[in-house]
Parts: sequence; C-alpha cells; structure tokens
Amino acid sequence: MMNFASGSATNGPDEAADPQSAAIRAADLTVVRGSREVIRGIDFAVPRGQITGLLGPSGCGKSTLMRSIMGTQAKVTGTLEVLGHPAGDAWLRSRIGYVTQAPSVYDDLTVRQNLDYFMAILDPGRAATDRRHEHVTRAIAEVDLDSHADVLAGNLSGGQRSRVSLAVALLGTPELLVLDEPTVGLDPVLRRDLWKLFSTIAEGGTTILVSSHVMDEAERCHRLLLMRDGELLADDTPDALRTRMDCATVEDAFLRLVDEANARQRIQQAQHDKESTR
Amino acid sequence: MSTASPASPSSAASPSVLSAPRTLATAARVLRQLRHDPRSIALMLLVPCVMLLLLRYVFDGSPGTFNNIGASLLGIFPLITMFLVTSIATLRERTSGTLERLLAMPLGKADLIVGYAIAFGTLAVIQSLLATGLALWVLGLDVIGSPWLLLLVALLDAILGTALGLFVSAFASSEFQAVQFMPAVIFPQLVLCGLFTARENMQPVLEKISNVLPMSYAVDGMNEVLRHPDITADFVRDVVIVAACALLVLALGAATLRRRTP
Repeated sequence: MMNFASGSATNGPDEAADPQSAAIRAADLTVVRGSREVIRGIDFAVPRGQITGLLGPSGCGKSTLMRSIMGTQAKVTGTLEVLGHPAGDAWLRSRIGYVTQAPSVYDDLTVRQNLDYFMAILDPGRAATDRRHEHVTRAIAEVDLDSHADVLAGNLSGGQRSRVSLAVALLGTPELLVLDEPTVGLDPVLRRDLWKLFSTIAEGGTTILVSSHVMDEAERCHRLLLMRDGELLADDTPDALRTRMDCATVEDAFLRLVDEANARQRIQQAQHDKESTR
Repeated sequence: MSTASPASPSSAASPSVLSAPRTLATAARVLRQLRHDPRSIALMLLVPCVMLLLLRYVFDGSPGTFNNIGASLLGIFPLITMFLVTSIATLRERTSGTLERLLAMPLGKADLIVGYAIAFGTLAVIQSLLATGLALWVLGLDVIGSPWLLLLVALLDAILGTALGLFVSAFASSEFQAVQFMPAVIFPQLVLCGLFTARENMQPVLEKISNVLPMSYAVDGMNEVLRHPDITADFVRDVVIVAACALLVLALGAATLRRRTP
C-alpha cells in the first residue's frame, strides 16, 4: 500500500500549518439545503500541492462541500476562500478543474469534440488553436482514452464516460482539482493508474481535493478530512490518524471515529430525553 | 457569500460580457451535437414541408384559405420547432450536469444563450428557406410582398421559440414535463393567434388576450407580407413586438440560469 505522507515531507506539514499558503480555507462554514443544515459550521484548511482526501459515509455532505468550493452551491455562509479568493469568484473559474459524481459530458459528441468544446471555453480565440489541440491530446492520453477519442461519449462504458469527465477537468492548467468520487466504477488497474496520475499532478504543484469512500484510496492521500453528518471528525495525515486512533489502517480509524461519534450522539439523545421527561 | 462575488481586478477572466469566440464555440458545439442526430434534423426540416403540402391539397377547392393559413404557418412552424428543440436541449444541459460544469468555467450566461440562439436560428433559416420555397414556387402560395420579409419574420419567430423553450425548461424537471409545456405554452397561442379566424371576430376578452400573446404578431406580420407589396407600418410594429418579446424572454431565460443552485 502506498503512502505519500512520508514522502512529501518537503512540501507537506510545514505548509499545512500555515493558513496563508492554504489552497482552501474554511471558517465556520455552514450550508443549508431546503430546511436542513447539511454542513454545520466546519473549519479546515487544505494545503497547496498535496492530495487531500475527503471521506465520509454517503449523505454526509461531501458533494455539498465540493459544490460550495466550486461556487455552485447556494445558501453558503461563513468564510470559504479558494486560492486566496472567495469561493465562486470569477477569477477562479479558469483555475479550478471540477469532476462531478455523475459524468457531465455531452453524450452526443465524441470524446475529442467534448474536450475541444470545453477547451474553447477555457482558452478561446483563434490564436490559441494549437495550444488547445495540445491540451486536448494530452488530457485524452492522461485518462488513457486515445483509442476511443473519436467514439461518441454516449457509446462508452460507465467507467470510460467518467474518465472523459475527468479529462475535462485536466484541461488547461488548473491550480486546484476538485474531484467528486472520480474512481467509482473503475477497475483496479485503472484506479491505480489514475492515482499515479493524481500524485504526478500534485508533484507539479497542483492541489487535489478528492472524495472517495474506498478506504485504500485514503491511504494514498497526503491528508484526510473525515466527515460525518455535516461535521468534521478529523483533519489529519493518514499516519497521524492511525497513530492517534491506534489502528492499523485508515479504514479502522475511520470506523472507530464514526462509532465514537454515534455513541456520543446516543448519550446526548438519551440525556435530552431524560431531561424532557423530567 | 450567497451571491456571486463581484468581478476581480483581473477582468480578463471575468465572463461578464459577451465573448464572441466562446459564443461561436457554443453554437458550433450545439450544431455538432445535432449533426450526430440526422433523424432530428430531417424531422425538423421536412415536417413543415409535408404539413404545407398536406394543407395545400386539403384546401384544394378553396385556394384562398390555403393562402391565409399557409402564410400564417410559415410563421408558426419555426416558433414551435425551436421551442421544442430548445426546451429539451437546455433541459438535458441542466440534468446532465454540463450546465453546472459550464457555469463553473469562464463562460458567460449570454455566451450560452446567444450560442444556442445562433445554432437554432441557423437551423430555422434553413427550415424556413425550404418551407417558403416550397410554398411559393411549388404550391402556388400567392404572396404580394417580398419573400425576404417572410424569412425575416420566420427567423424572429424561431428566436422567440428558442427564448420560450429556454425559459420553460427551467420549470421542467424531466423531458416528460418539458414536452407537456408545449400544449401549455404554444396551443393557447395557436388558437388565439388568428390562424382559425380573424382575431377581431373573437369574443372581446379573447381578442384582448390575443393582443398580448407574441404569436399573434408573428402571424400578423406574415399576413402583412402576404397582402402588401411594401413594408407597412403594421409590419414594422409586428416585427418590433416579436423581436422585443424574444429579447425579453431571453433575458428571463438568462435569469433562470443560476450559477448557484440549492
């Protein structure tokens, strides 16, 4: 099992401690959807040039948090700074690559036509034609779809379509990649290759925030944010997390944290019930 | 935090104004999508022609009726077709997540809307060229004014249809619902636009309602060209009203494209 936390000591923990250099900084971040508080006053910082994993049970607010960072989520309060700008700022739009959970590509265009269009939005104008072509070819190669470049996206398999969606996020030179479960439905070989790609990208200085519920992927992150029910349970390196929880794997540590939180909630609930019946 | 932040100093990245290359890229993309769907193109181009052909021989014994209805239909077809096509296309853009992706990119809302209008407007021009050509030179539709004016009204109608489709797609959460908006939005206008009977013969309340529906002016404009050799004041009024309605609804449609959604 790979663990980048130890290997990244050069640009890792020191920067993480310094909020000035954080790629994403949240303070008292709250998001309301409908009448429910989906994210409840959380604080965290995502260091630059690292892979930060966002983990948690489904429905815990991971996607909402990612949408807030992208500036597509309504009813966000508190502080949320991305690359030094308020989330959703127009300045950020060409600097963040975003992959939603469902592949967001045009099914009635080929892989290359999809990328050509999104690239034309990022870097428009006739003068940039060659540069666009380079970026598109590179992105197709990075997600290993060269042989399918001229196939309609709608005719691809689920895993292939999600890779097209990922390729769109890799276009241009994003400073931050926000990836919402990019490896769901992919076979082990592809997952390994994509994680290799992520670490290469991070080594180039790009920050990656990636959500997942596959725990062996968590081990490959430099840093982890563990969420449960709209709150942060942990914000630590995988190593520190395992040591602190005295567990062999991040999965065990995560399960123990969730169990403890559930137990606390039950006790509080019981006390609350006792007081109200009194 | 709840609204988009003001533009940053680096206005190069700010997509607040219309960007011609991005708009044209969007129009090209929409047309490219259509090109992969030749059946839809064929239906869009041929159905109006077949309908005109059908009507010509339904009214075989009364060519005057065909003349009135035919000219009106040349205004109505582009509106209905583009309404349907746009409402489905934008709905798919919303539900597939590509709209969210585009709005998180440096694409202005105007780029997207005008891109759609250019793409479908182009298609509408081809549709109108075919339908008008067939009606005038094969089916013997007797138009006194210039065929170019027919084409102008048809183009404006198409843009109005695009605008209405874009607007209602915001209120549909499935393609099933989007199609139901067609009878809801288009049929009342069709009944009241003067196609079946002159608007001044309607019950006064209905006539007043028809006065505020844009399709009435689309049909009136066509009939002005049908009956007058020159551009009349009424024709100018009709064209201005249809164009203004299209712009108004396009602006409303732009307002339904939210960067931030719940």
